[in-house]
Amino acid sequence: MDTMSTPAPMAAHQVGLARNANAKVFAADVNVYYGEKHALKNVSVNIPDRSVTSFIGPSGCGKSTFLRCINRMNDTISSCRVTGKIAIDDQDIYDPALDVVQLRARVGMVFQKPNPFPKSIYENVAYGPRIHGLATSKSEMDEIVNSSLEKAGLWKEVKDRLQESGTGLSGGQQQRLCIARAVAVGPEVILMDEPCSALDPIATAKVEELIDELRENFCIIIVTHSMQQAARVSQRTAFFHLGSLVEEGKTTDIFTNPVDKRTQDYITGRTG
Amino acid sequence: MTDISLSAQTHKSARKVDVSSDAAKARIRARYRSEALFKGYGIAALVITGAFLVMLLSNILMNGLPSFWQHSLRMDVPVTAADIDPSGKGDPKEIAAGDFAAAARKALEAQFPGVTGRTELKSLTRLLSAGAGDELRRQVVADPKLIGQTVNTRLLLDANADLYLKGMGASTTSRTARGIATPTGTTGTIKILTSANDFAQDFANVKRLLGDRAALLSTEAARLEKGNTPDSLAKAKVARAEAAAFKTRYDQPKTVEELDDRMPSTLVEINGGLVKVEKILDTEIEGTVLLPLKSTDDSKPGDWKIVTYGVPESNRKATDRDIAFLERLQAKGVVENHFNTLFFTAGDSREPELAGVRGAIVGTVLTLLVTLGLCLPIGVMAAVYLEQFAPKNRLTGLIEVNINNLAAVPSIVFGLLGLAVFLNYFNLPRSAPLVGGLVLALLVLPTIIIASRAALKAVPPSIKEAALGVGASEQQAVFHHVLPLAMPGIMTGTIIGMAHALGETAPLLMIGMVAFIVDIPQGLTEAATVLPVQIYLWSDLPEPAFKAKTAGAIVVLLGVLFLMNGMAIWLRKKFERRW
Repeated sequence: MDTMSTPAPMAAHQVGLARNANAKVFAADVNVYYGEKHALKNVSVNIPDRSVTSFIGPSGCGKSTFLRCINRMNDTISSCRVTGKIAIDDQDIYDPALDVVQLRARVGMVFQKPNPFPKSIYENVAYGPRIHGLATSKSEMDEIVNSSLEKAGLWKEVKDRLQESGTGLSGGQQQRLCIARAVAVGPEVILMDEPCSALDPIATAKVEELIDELRENFCIIIVTHSMQQAARVSQRTAFFHLGSLVEEGKTTDIFTNPVDKRTQDYITGRTG
Repeated sequence: MTDISLSAQTHKSARKVDVSSDAAKARIRARYRSEALFKGYGIAALVITGAFLVMLLSNILMNGLPSFWQHSLRMDVPVTAADIDPSGKGDPKEIAAGDFAAAARKALEAQFPGVTGRTELKSLTRLLSAGAGDELRRQVVADPKLIGQTVNTRLLLDANADLYLKGMGASTTSRTARGIATPTGTTGTIKILTSANDFAQDFANVKRLLGDRAALLSTEAARLEKGNTPDSLAKAKVARAEAAAFKTRYDQPKTVEELDDRMPSTLVEINGGLVKVEKILDTEIEGTVLLPLKSTDDSKPGDWKIVTYGVPESNRKATDRDIAFLERLQAKGVVENHFNTLFFTAGDSREPELAGVRGAIVGTVLTLLVTLGLCLPIGVMAAVYLEQFAPKNRLTGLIEVNINNLAAVPSIVFGLLGLAVFLNYFNLPRSAPLVGGLVLALLVLPTIIIASRAALKAVPPSIKEAALGVGASEQQAVFHHVLPLAMPGIMTGTIIGMAHALGETAPLLMIGMVAFIVDIPQGLTEAATVLPVQIYLWSDLPEPAFKAKTAGAIVVLLGVLFLMNGMAIWLRKKFERRW
């Protein structure tokens, strides 16, 4: 059952999917309930490291819900209940012994709307490393901030105004600052929840370029409404529909040769 | 197919907005009219509110601001060892206990060499405050070498004298006489004859007043007769007799009339002295000398004056003699109107001119410190817990409803609670700022919790999510990001809550902060009072001078309130953030 190496896309929500050896994130039979509402049904998937995986699907299909399960952000919603197994590097993240704060340091997140802290650019990036004790001296912290902003492609634009407020940047810069903030704690996985939906096309292009570069070092999962974006930035694509994972596979295969009728209808614009 | 499209067409045209018919025009006119009316009501409401506010403020300021000034006598006072340091040892304690009031009294008496009678001198020294020597005492204690010298100092005037000098006195008018006047003496009871009928006007005035009194008494008698009981009939008889007496006096044209203290006072200013008229005829008066005349020489027309104090003596605090002395002192230029620092540096006193708000201000500050020290941490922590950590269930819902209810509980109930719990059960000291602060904390706590929760709710959840996203714990996210962002709102709510506490009187009455306290409180457990209670206490006192003090204390309270509210607005503006 080596789904990763299977060239053709296949239905992934089948019960009993095994963990692929080189999968960074592995989910098996994940169900999510918001009170009475069954928001995610039996999702099982393998997500490889050092690549971009995009989740697509119509609004309310559960793709964001699943994304937020991967760093247990859904814990903050009291009515939310998760069953099944999600593992990162074969470690169950819903294990009661696991510290959720440490998990979130390993799984960074970038949100739909740029949400920098109303503090200086430097403080925005330095906050994560500081609470996790990643730097012991000012110079080490400077180094982390520098390299994180460098990785987020923002260093050149902000190096002379690190002490200015992060909220004073443009929308696209703010989103890249949020990416730098996520990168600064040295995560293994970065989750992006529609990171470009509040940005103009030029800023979007920059962020997409950045995502492509970050792929070298991180496992990136991106939720998007734009199929073009999914096609441009991701290597693998998962299509969600009504709470189910309909189909998962190589992006080129999903867009050119989908197996499921629902996927085909969605990518050709007939539904959704 | 055609049918469907047709029906759609008709449907569409039926729904078109009607703009041209008369009904439509009438509808538009009605809409404009109601808009204009609404605007008018709004403006009218604003104007009425504004007018009331201006009226209130101007009234308070007009009454209160004079109490910030005080009249004193600036003069040279000889400081003799006999008064101040009788033993001559120069012991500072003895000097401080010296009779500075006597020194002040002697200096004032020296200003009126002709005034020698016992009652006259008593009346003169009554112009000085009981604390007239205090300033002098300070000077001499600071520099004992002044004993035996003449010290230029300020002698505080009594509140009634001060009130007169502030123009709340006698509505004085004066006119120059036309005849040549001849006084028969310089002191005691004298007569003044004039060659013209200078006093005719005053004489006629007296007659008119007598006539008025006769008429009033007749009306009163008629009313009493209607009562038709033996008692009222007897009273009516007396009134009739009095009326008849007044009528007789009124009818006799050229007899000497006596003035009494229910009539405006008439005085004659002549030869450097002042005579109070007691008996009057149109060319002649008889009266008491208030200020001695220099001689019995004839006074030429234009050199002497007839002065009238419009307010009858029985209706004012300053007697004719007081006024005579004060006017003379003012003419000499020794009266000084200065800023009333005593009002801000002294505690309460039974003497209005010595009473100040310092004790009340210190009491207020101590009380509010206790309140703030309790409310801010407890209120903010409660709000943070309820808003950020508490599970949303029935229990927290119940707590929330009850916090909102507590904010609406009448403050006197909290006072009773304080009395029952803090005083009777915990045996905390009565009248103490500690207990006042505890009671006010109960009162303000719900306000602060509600304001803090609103401020916390106003912080966008994305900030907390961002912090959680980089691996901050729930607590770190709240304390590093959410709480600092909510702080301006919390501070605003707190300051407004404290301003509410500052103006609170009722609960403090219950725990005994309503006492007359002269000493300025030094600690949280000493007896104290607060500004609003001080206002309440003063407003209850009969002396007219305390009326001004009351208004003055209100001005201070309002000033502090404006300051606090201004601070709240400033904080909000300064730290306001937009996302």
